[in-house]
Amino acid sequence: MTFSPELEAKFARLLTSYPPGRQRSAMVPMLLYAQDEIGSITQELVEEVARRVGVTPMQVEEVLSYYSMLHRKPLGKYHVQICTNISCLLTGGEQLWQRACGKLGIGHKEATADGQISLEEVECIGACSWAPALQVNYDFHHKVTPEQLDQLLDSLRKTH
Amino acid sequence: MPNSVKFTINDRQLEAPAGTLVIEAAKRNGIEIPSFCYYEGLALQAACRMCLVEIEKAPKLMVACTTPVAEGMVVRTESEPVRQARKYMLEFLLSNHPLDCPVCDKGGECELQDMAFRYGVGESRFTEQKIHVDEKQWSPVVFYDMPRCILCFRCVRICNEGMGVNALGVINRGAVSEIAPNHGDHLECDECGMCIDICPVGALTSGTYRYKTRPWEMEHTGTICTHCSNGCKTTLGVRNDQIIRGNNRDRSGINGEFLCVKGRYGFDFQDHPDRLQSPLVRLDGKLEPVSWSKALEVVVQKFQEVKGRSGTVGVIGSNHTTNEENYYLQKFARQVLATNNIDHHRTGDVVTLVDAVSGSPAALATTRDLYEKKAILVIGADLALEQPFLSFQIRANYRHHQAHVYVVTAKPVREDNYAAAFLRAEPGAELSAVESLRDKLKGEPELVILYGDAMKGGAVRKLAAFGASLGIPVQYVPLVDYSNSRGAADMGLTPELLPGYKPLGLTGMTVAEMLAAEDLDLLWVVGANPLKNAKLQAKKAFVVVQEMFLTETAQIADVVLPAASAYEKNGTVTNVCGEVQRLQKAAQTMGAKPDLEIIGLIAKEMGVAREMGPWVPDKVFDEIRRTVRGYDIPVEAIMTGGAAQTMPVNGRIPIEVRVDSIRSAHDNLFTSGTLGRYSKMLNSVLEKRLNRE
Repeated sequence: MTFSPELEAKFARLLTSYPPGRQRSAMVPMLLYAQDEIGSITQELVEEVARRVGVTPMQVEEVLSYYSMLHRKPLGKYHVQICTNISCLLTGGEQLWQRACGKLGIGHKEATADGQISLEEVECIGACSWAPALQVNYDFHHKVTPEQLDQLLDSLRKTH
Repeated sequence: MPNSVKFTINDRQLEAPAGTLVIEAAKRNGIEIPSFCYYEGLALQAACRMCLVEIEKAPKLMVACTTPVAEGMVVRTESEPVRQARKYMLEFLLSNHPLDCPVCDKGGECELQDMAFRYGVGESRFTEQKIHVDEKQWSPVVFYDMPRCILCFRCVRICNEGMGVNALGVINRGAVSEIAPNHGDHLECDECGMCIDICPVGALTSGTYRYKTRPWEMEHTGTICTHCSNGCKTTLGVRNDQIIRGNNRDRSGINGEFLCVKGRYGFDFQDHPDRLQSPLVRLDGKLEPVSWSKALEVVVQKFQEVKGRSGTVGVIGSNHTTNEENYYLQKFARQVLATNNIDHHRTGDVVTLVDAVSGSPAALATTRDLYEKKAILVIGADLALEQPFLSFQIRANYRHHQAHVYVVTAKPVREDNYAAAFLRAEPGAELSAVESLRDKLKGEPELVILYGDAMKGGAVRKLAAFGASLGIPVQYVPLVDYSNSRGAADMGLTPELLPGYKPLGLTGMTVAEMLAAEDLDLLWVVGANPLKNAKLQAKKAFVVVQEMFLTETAQIADVVLPAASAYEKNGTVTNVCGEVQRLQKAAQTMGAKPDLEIIGLIAKEMGVAREMGPWVPDKVFDEIRRTVRGYDIPVEAIMTGGAAQTMPVNGRIPIEVRVDSIRSAHDNLFTSGTLGRYSKMLNSVLEKRLNRE
């Protein structure tokens, strides 16, 4: 399996970031970086990562099925993660989630037909002080109102 | 005790080496601390929290399975807080358990059931809907029922660490966690069933045993597996004369609880519908069933006729029959039929080794040595496939004692994964590869060398010389194929050697020579199938076969006598390491007789019963102990179900071994000569594997 030179460089650095014999520690970051590049975690990727860090594909599968931020299915170009944990729940996070689902016509861990946007209901993303909060890929949006949500989703749709 | 610490468990003053875990220290002193995930010999897990104990000065209850004892430690294992904790842990474990004990295979021998009975409450406070997942079949052997699983990870650890197969894992998390096989919906593994046996509950069940019986309805008989040469003890569960289960949960025998797919599931040839249950005699060109007395009459008449005119006789013995049968057969051949034309399918060169190391009494390794010695050298054998228990021992040695393992084979083998060094060498080129390891091996304190059938004759002599030149204690294991291959050689089923490798001075015909001899008048085959891939040249030879099935050899016979299997008789067998162990009769097949009894009856009919002696296994074994070199072993060990090693190394054996007659069949995990062909379970596993390719 071939990756971009940037990703290969990251992998190379990761494999030397841990004490000798502990290369398997690089598994989770490698999967996360590769997921960003490929869009999801394919079986081919599982086998490649297993080979590189010296474990069996089964052991990668164990990690993969444990962590909710690693995805087997392809996500949208923009992955919208709406928090409905306590602080956000108290300030309207649940309504934001319902609104987003209704507007896009998709549910939890689903993507729009054109693959542009995907939705995920997430637990605390560490932005309680600015609740309700959501995250688009790696960007945070704080104190989101329903109107701001609409605008945001529209803007994500427009950038075709 | 050096580095020992003193501590108290339940007001008892105890002492143990520093580093001992509380749970182990308690066990050694007869105090039981319940646990599910802790398992002796496997990595620590601390997942089930059943072993919580009270330790003074610790702020809360501690897990006994990962806490080492310390000086002055005060532990209580049955105090009220501990009993409470166990009760609550069980309530958690049962919160998603289906409680289907009445239909569960494990009911009656289930660790969760026992614990719930002892510490649990009758009611649960959980009212949530239980998560149900349908049962899955992962292979012909392994079934998984997720709701019953308590996630102790024993199966995962025994597969990864014990077997080195890495076929199982745990996927998902929390309440929906489950055990998963390595290939999505199915397993690709050794099918050894270790995961099933080690499961404390009924989450993993076996294809042969499931829903057949309740555990308490079986009689249990500990006997020796009749497949490969490793000589594992398998405890057969028998109900109504039918063998239903094979396992070794009581850890009796040299193998502890280890068994491979053959030892655990390969017993089903025993009640195969094709088993011969009546003697057959060729009448008008066709094999017809006759009575035992009629068949014996025909055999004896022919034996006497051929003997009377000094005709040419050939006798072929078995790798599966007992030492007693082999000894009695060669005695009959030599004394009554007056021939040295007696041989068996030889699968490894034991003779040359025994000669080369004669005089050094510790030169042959036991299966225990493979677990304890500091360094192991494997030459020309894929142990994981062909000698599974030896492979398990070496792997455990590496895990527990960090043994240095060296591998010299033609193809990659499982031992490579943890070997200190591995070299690839074509058959015939092993010795030079071994030579290149000289400096490394010289640095080891001790060494055990295992070699396969690629090494024979002169190569074995050179290997022994190499071993002697290292200047360290070296032990050997000459690998052979079948359950009593070693015993057949020891008992003199060879044309040039008497029992105990006593040289004869003259020699008879080998198997190949018998089959090729055009003037052969009589061929007597006991428990072997030499005509599977060969033709009998003597067209007029009278052929008598003692066999369980109508094999290629039996099909051309003039008389076929139905023989009992190893699970249907008493006697002793000798494993690859020379360890003698006792077979115990577990079941019987109507019409079939043990080979010893058949030979005895022939002797009786011929009027030579007195000179042959009684055909009772214990009596024959007594004669073996008195007369066969190396077999004057402590009888108590064997009679109580243990093993004693034979060490026939006192004296040279001045013969040249005919190396061309030594050839291993290289049976793998799923084949076992004739027996394997009639095992339904082994065949279904094989078919599944072939369908995938």
